[in-house]
Amino acid sequence: MMKFFKTFLKIGMLAATVALAASQSARAQLEIDITQGVVEPVPIAITDFVSADATGAEIAGVIAADLKRSGLFAPIDKGAFIERISNPDAAPRFDDWKVINAQALVTGRVTQEADGRLRAEFRLWDTFAGQQLVGEQFFANRANWRRVAHIIADAIYERLTGEKGYFDTRIVYVDESGPKNQRVKRLAIMDQDGANQRYLSDGRSIVLTPRFSPNRQEITYMSYESGQPQVYLLQIETGQRELVGNFPGMTFAPRFSPDGQKVVMSLLRDDGNSNIYAMDLRSRTTTRMTSSNSIDTSPSYSPDGSRVVFTSDRGGRPHIYVMGADGSNPQRISFGDGTYSTPVWSPRGDLIAFTKQTGGQFQIGVMRTDGSGERILSTGYLQEGPTWAPNGRVIMFFREAAGGGGPRLFSIDLTGRNEQAIPTPQFASDPAWSPLLD
Amino acid sequence: MRRIAAITRNPAAVALVAMLAIAGCANKQTPNNAADLGLGAGGGSATPGSSQDFTVNVGDRIFFDTDSSVIRADAQTTLARQAQWLNQYGSYAVTVEGHADERGTREYNLALGARRAAATRDFLVARGVAANRIRTISYGKERPVAVCDNISCWSQNRRAVTVLGGAGS
Repeated sequence: MMKFFKTFLKIGMLAATVALAASQSARAQLEIDITQGVVEPVPIAITDFVSADATGAEIAGVIAADLKRSGLFAPIDKGAFIERISNPDAAPRFDDWKVINAQALVTGRVTQEADGRLRAEFRLWDTFAGQQLVGEQFFANRANWRRVAHIIADAIYERLTGEKGYFDTRIVYVDESGPKNQRVKRLAIMDQDGANQRYLSDGRSIVLTPRFSPNRQEITYMSYESGQPQVYLLQIETGQRELVGNFPGMTFAPRFSPDGQKVVMSLLRDDGNSNIYAMDLRSRTTTRMTSSNSIDTSPSYSPDGSRVVFTSDRGGRPHIYVMGADGSNPQRISFGDGTYSTPVWSPRGDLIAFTKQTGGQFQIGVMRTDGSGERILSTGYLQEGPTWAPNGRVIMFFREAAGGGGPRLFSIDLTGRNEQAIPTPQFASDPAWSPLLD
Repeated sequence: MRRIAAITRNPAAVALVAMLAIAGCANKQTPNNAADLGLGAGGGSATPGSSQDFTVNVGDRIFFDTDSSVIRADAQTTLARQAQWLNQYGSYAVTVEGHADERGTREYNLALGARRAAATRDFLVARGVAANRIRTISYGKERPVAVCDNISCWSQNRRAVTVLGGAGS
C-alpha cells in the first residue's frame, strides 16, 4: 500500500492543471461527431511548443502522432505554416491559419521551473471562429514529458469530440520471440503509442493473457512458472508476484472486477471441464459462478459489476453468454454462424467485443449486450483478443498473417475504418489496454 | 493388471513380471496389439522398457478432430498399447500434455487442451493405469509441433502426448 500511495503522489503532480486567462467559449462551431465515423479527418495545425531546447518540438510531435492515429485529425505539415508562433500568450493571426485550412490550431510553451520540473502550457484555437477553446498548463518531472504530450492530446481530443481521450494510457502485452514451436513469451508494458517499452518477466516460463487492475498498479496474468499453469498477480512497479488462490488444477483466463477487489477466472475441473469462479482478493474467499459440464471461460465483468459475459460450449460449440455476477440466469447472446469467444465488456457498458470464427477466418467484432446489432470490424487469417481503450471507442487486438511468422498488435476504431499497426520491438500478442492514467 | 501396477515398485523386478503380464494380455484380450508392442526382436534398437521403446514402438501421442476431445478409434489403439506398456513398466509416472491447434482462441484452447488431456488420462485409467501415476497439463496452442498454416499441420497439433516422467510417482 505504501508503494501505491507514493506512486499516486508522484503521478498526482501531473494533474495540477490551471485554466489560462483567456476566455473559454461555451461551445464553438468546431466539433467532431465520432459516432458516425469521420470520413474526412479535421485538418489541425500543431506548432512546435516554444522552448529553449528540442523539447517543444518533441512534445508537438507526440501530440500530432496521437491525434493522427485516432483517424479523426489530419495534422498539417509544418512546412505549410505561414505564421511562426513566438509568443503563445498572444492571439495567433487566424487568417494565416485559415488560408492553409487549419480548422484547429495548437500552440504552447515549455519551460523549466526552479525546482527542475517541466512546465507545459498549451492553447487550442478554433481558427474559423477566431477564439480559444482550451488553455491549460501542466507541471511534471522532466522524464514524464511524453505523458505531458499525451495529456495535452487527450485534452484536445476531448474538447473537439466531446469524448474522453485515451492517449495517456499504457498497454501490457506478451512479447514473443524465437521459433513458433519454442516461442519465448515475456510480459511487456509500453505506452499506447509503443514508446517506453519495458519487460516485466524474464521469458523462462510461458506467460499469457495479462490484464490491468482498475488502479493500473498491478496486472493479473497466467504463467507456467510453477509447472502448473496458474493465475498470478504482479505489482508493476515493485515486481512483486503472488499466486491467486491455491487450487489443485489449472487456473486461467483471469480478469479484474471493476472495483479491483476480485479476480474472475476459469478453474479446470478434474473431469476436464472448466468453470468460472471469482476470488475476493481481500478475504481470499472463492465464489463459484458456473457449474455446467462444459468449458466456461473468458469471463469479463460489466463496468457496473452486476453482470459477467463469458464463453461457453455448453450448447455444443463456443458461444457468448451473459449472467448475473452471482452466476444467475445465464443467457446466450451470440447466434450467428460460426463460433464466438473472448468477449470483453466495453468500459462504456454499451457493447461487447468478441472474436468470431467463421468461414475459416477470424473476425473482431462488437455487439450490444443483448447480442443484437453485431458488427464485424476486421477479418483475417488469425486474429483475436480484443481489448478496449478506456473511452470505449477503439479496440486493440493481435493478428497473425498466414505464414507470417508471428503476431502483431493493431488498433481499430468502432467505425472499422481506421486501423493502425502498433509498433512493438518483436512479435506481440494478448494486449490489454490500461484505464486512463491520472 | 491393476495388481501388477501396484506391486512393481522395484524396477529390477519389473521386467520379468511384466513380460508375463504382457503375454497374458496379448493372448486373452488384445491379440492384435502383440506385434505392435514390438517387444523383443521387433523392437529395433530401442531397449524394451526404455523411453525410446515407448515413443517409437508404443507411440507417445494421439490426435483429435477439430474442437473435439473424443478419443478416436485410431487413438484408442495407441492408448491401449500405452496402458499395456505402462502397466508392464509400473515404475514410470507420466504427464499427459493436452494441445490444441492454432484455429481457436487462446483461453478456449487452454481449456480444450485440458479436456483432451483428461480424456486421455481417463482412458489410461480405465485400462488399469493407476490414476496417481498420471499428471495432466494443458498447453493450449502454445506448443505446436508442426509449424505451417494448413490442415496437415493443424491435425498434428491437435494432440495429447504421454510423456514419461521418470521413476516413481
